[in-house]
Amino acid sequence: MAELNTGDGGGGKGGKVRSKKQNSKVDLTAMVDLAFLLITFFMLTTSLSKPQSMNLGLPDQNDSTTVDKKIKVDQKRTMTIVLGADNKIKWFHGLLATPEPGGAPTEAVYGKEGIRKEILKRVKSVAEYCAAKPGSKPGDGLIVIIKPTKKANYRNLVDILDEMAICSVPTYAIVNDITPEELKLVTP
Amino acid sequence: MAQIKMSKKAASIDMTAMCDVAFLLLTFFILTATAKVPEPVNVDTPSSTVKTKLPDLGLVTITVGKGKDNVFFDIKGRDIRRKTLELMGNQYKVSFTDQEKDQFALMESFGMPIESLSSIIKMKSAERNKQGVQPGVPFDSINNQLKDWIYTARQANIELGNQKDLDFAIKGDAKLEYPKIKKIMDILQDQDINTFDLVTGLRGKDY
Repeated sequence: MAELNTGDGGGGKGGKVRSKKQNSKVDLTAMVDLAFLLITFFMLTTSLSKPQSMNLGLPDQNDSTTVDKKIKVDQKRTMTIVLGADNKIKWFHGLLATPEPGGAPTEAVYGKEGIRKEILKRVKSVAEYCAAKPGSKPGDGLIVIIKPTKKANYRNLVDILDEMAICSVPTYAIVNDITPEELKLVTP
Repeated sequence: MAQIKMSKKAASIDMTAMCDVAFLLLTFFILTATAKVPEPVNVDTPSSTVKTKLPDLGLVTITVGKGKDNVFFDIKGRDIRRKTLELMGNQYKVSFTDQEKDQFALMESFGMPIESLSSIIKMKSAERNKQGVQPGVPFDSINNQLKDWIYTARQANIELGNQKDLDFAIKGDAKLEYPKIKKIMDILQDQDINTFDLVTGLRGKDY
């Protein structure tokens, strides 16, 4: 098999007919490599650069003095979350002076193992409580009052709003007037 | 000479189809990709699991940086931008040439007091978006230009005959202190904008 392909396709008699094989295929490996590289690049950049957003509806400020004061809610339904400095949270269920059983002011952390457990527990228990209570409307459930202190940062606020979305809390509000007692909870 | 049949195995796989598919996808991604807009301030948005997308048109984004003032204003949509600049110019008695207005319509977010706005309109995009070039839109109680920008943007939107009101988004840095973001929300709420979006990043599913 040590024949050199000398390129005479002359078709001499007796010899083998060697048709010169032109390689009709281009090597596409490099091209495919490049194409996939670019695909990866564009896939990653498109999905990452699209900003997400979280919709936030706040109560009308002008009416707050007239409307908010009149609404009386059952203290068993309210859970207050105070956002403090250094990613600290203090929460309590019911009133601060007379908390519900198991709802005394407690410190918690953000995330799955922290505040979410407590919220989920209360979303469920309050929904049951409201269903059993006569004279309650079908949509009634837990009311979470979020009170960010001046030392809280924006991430804390978004995190806690995110928890509201994850736990599907029926009603929640950001309230800015913090009582001195509540403030004392988060200041060491 | 005995003929030995060598079974010729193709050493290379046919890549034509693969190449076709790859380029088809590539074309798709290039066409759907949105170019990343350079920003005058680096903002590290907090992440959330909520996945609402922001609208592409008629959106006012207020970017709030970490620094002291550092508030940047952006309107999507060229016509609204142009009209807003005109109205703001009238209000603050600052005149802009037609060329400046055209340039402004193509710009990204800005953070300058209106008096010195024309100085950054002249700049190239790369220069303009260097950190620290733009101080931010003033929004204190004495000189609340941010409020006027928001107001005029809405006015411009109405004058252009758009049925839909503008959407507002706040893009804040995660480390921002709450009172500052509260102040921006208050400025929006003073104008009866009670619903707005908070721009967030994507968070993993198992959070």
